[in-house]
Amino acid sequence: MGSLFDALLIGVILLNLFALGTSRIRALIHAAAAQGVVLGILSQMVHEHVAVRTLLVAGATILLKGMLLPKMLLKALRDAQIKREVEPLIGFMPSILLGAVGTAAAIALADRLPLAPGQAHTLIVPAAFSTLFTGFILLTTRIKAITQVIGYLLLENGVFVFGLLLFEAMPLLVELGVLLDLFVAVFVASIILHHINREFDSLDTRRLSALKE
Amino acid sequence: MVVLTDLLHVILLVTMPPLLLGVINKTKAWFAGRTGPALLQPYYDLARLLGKGMVLSDTTSWVFRAGPVVSLAAVLLAGMLVPLGRFGAPLQFTGDVVLFAYLFGVARFFTASAALDTGSSLEGMGAARDVTLACFSEPAIFLGFLALVKLSGSLSLTPMLLGPGALGAAHLPFAALMLVAAGLFIVLLAENCRIPVDDPATHLELTMIHEVTVLDHSGPLLAVILYAAAMKLMVISALVLHVVMPVATGWLVLDWLIFVAGMNARQVISWTLVVAAGVGVVESVMARLQMRHLPTLLLGACLLCGFGFLLVLR
Repeated sequence: MGSLFDALLIGVILLNLFALGTSRIRALIHAAAAQGVVLGILSQMVHEHVAVRTLLVAGATILLKGMLLPKMLLKALRDAQIKREVEPLIGFMPSILLGAVGTAAAIALADRLPLAPGQAHTLIVPAAFSTLFTGFILLTTRIKAITQVIGYLLLENGVFVFGLLLFEAMPLLVELGVLLDLFVAVFVASIILHHINREFDSLDTRRLSALKE
Repeated sequence: MVVLTDLLHVILLVTMPPLLLGVINKTKAWFAGRTGPALLQPYYDLARLLGKGMVLSDTTSWVFRAGPVVSLAAVLLAGMLVPLGRFGAPLQFTGDVVLFAYLFGVARFFTASAALDTGSSLEGMGAARDVTLACFSEPAIFLGFLALVKLSGSLSLTPMLLGPGALGAAHLPFAALMLVAAGLFIVLLAENCRIPVDDPATHLELTMIHEVTVLDHSGPLLAVILYAAAMKLMVISALVLHVVMPVATGWLVLDWLIFVAGMNARQVISWTLVVAAGVGVVESVMARLQMRHLPTLLLGACLLCGFGFLLVLR
C-alpha cells in the first residue's frame, strides 16, 4: 500500500465533496459511479498478489457500482425528467463545509482508534467515515427521492471502504452477497421512484406526506 | 555565483511574463483550430500601448496614476521572493511567506483604490468583486503555505519550495502535495482572472471582474497594468510549479556555473510555459462560471489546500 493507494483514497474523499457541492443530479450519479470504479481498483490493490478471487470481487464491484447502478439511476432520472436538485434543506456551500468538517473529524478520529499497526497510517478509515458521513448528509438534507437513493449508495460505498481493512478475512460469498443486496436495493428503489413519479408528478419526498384521495 | 543567478532571476522575471500570455493565447487558438496571434504579440501590444498618449479624467487624483505603478512594484518584489528553478530567490528571510501573500494584497488594494478614484459605479462594482474573491483565495494560499511550512520546517519561501525536493522521492507525501498544487492552481486562475473565474477576453460589463476595474486606464498606464498582470501570472505559476515538481537537486555542478545557470533558465522557461499551456487548456475546455458559483469554487481550493495540510500533519 503505497502513495498511489492513498492518492486513490483521497480521490474518494474529493468525490464526496464534489457530490455535496453539485446541484446536477446527473453529475452526482457520475460521481457515485467514479467512486465505485475507484473502490473496485482499491479492492484489488489491498492484496499483494493477483488471484481469481480478488479479480472477481474487483470486477464485480466495478461492473455493479461503476456501471449497472449508475445506468439504472440515469434511466430513472430520464423517466422522471428532472435535471437538478433545486432546493436542498441546507444549501450547497454549507453542505460542502459540513462534509469538510466531517472529513477532518474523521481524520482526527482515525488517529485515536486502536487499529492494527499496518493499517494505522493509511487513509482507509478517514475515507470510510467521510464517505459514510457524506451519504448521511445526502440522505437527510436532499428533497428529491433519487438524490436520497444516491446518498444510500454513498453510504454503502463507505461501508465498502471500511471493509477494505478486513479484506483478507472476508469470504468471497459475503462480499458478493453485499453487492447483490445493494443491487436489489437500488433496483427496488428505482421501481419505487418510478411509482412515486407517476403518482405525484414529482420526486419531491415532502409531497409524500400530503393526503390524497 | 550568487550575483550571476540573481541577475538571471531578475532578467527572467522582467522579460518573460508577456511570453506566458502569448503561450496561453496560442494554446487557446490551437484548441479552436485557429492560427492565433503571434507568440510575441503581447510584447508588441505593450510596446504599442507605451507609445500612446494617456487620457486622464478630471475627477481622478494621484491615486489613479499610483494604482498601476504600485501594483507593478508589489508584484515585482513578490517575484524576487520566489525561487525560479533550483536556485534560491534573490531576497529571502524568515517570514517572507507572509510578505509574499500580502504584496498581492497591496497590489489589489491600489488597483481597487484606483478604480474607486474614477468615481464610476461600474468600476466600483468591479473593485468590489475583485476584493470579494480575494477574501476566498487568501485562505487557500495560506493553508497551502501552512502545509509547505510544516513539510519543510521553514518560514521562508526558498527553503519551503526547494526543501521538500531534498527529502527524496520516497519520503514525499505526494498525495498532500498534489492536493496543495490543485488548490493553488485554482487560486492561480482566480488571482489572474483566467476563465472559470473571469474572462480576460470579454468586455461585457455585467460579468467581468478585472477588466472592469481598469476600464479607465489607457496608454502607458494600461501597459503597466497588463505587464503587472502577466508578471503576477508568472510568479504564481512558479509557485505552483515548485509544489507540483519538487526539484531534486542532485547534479548541481558549481564549476560549470554558467552552464548550470543556463540549464536552470531553460528549465524554468519550459516548465512555466507548460503551466501557461495548462491555463490555456482549462480556458479552452471550460466555460466561465456564474458569479454566484465562484465562492464554491474557491472554497473548494481552500478545502484542497486544507486537506493537504491535514495530511502533512498526520
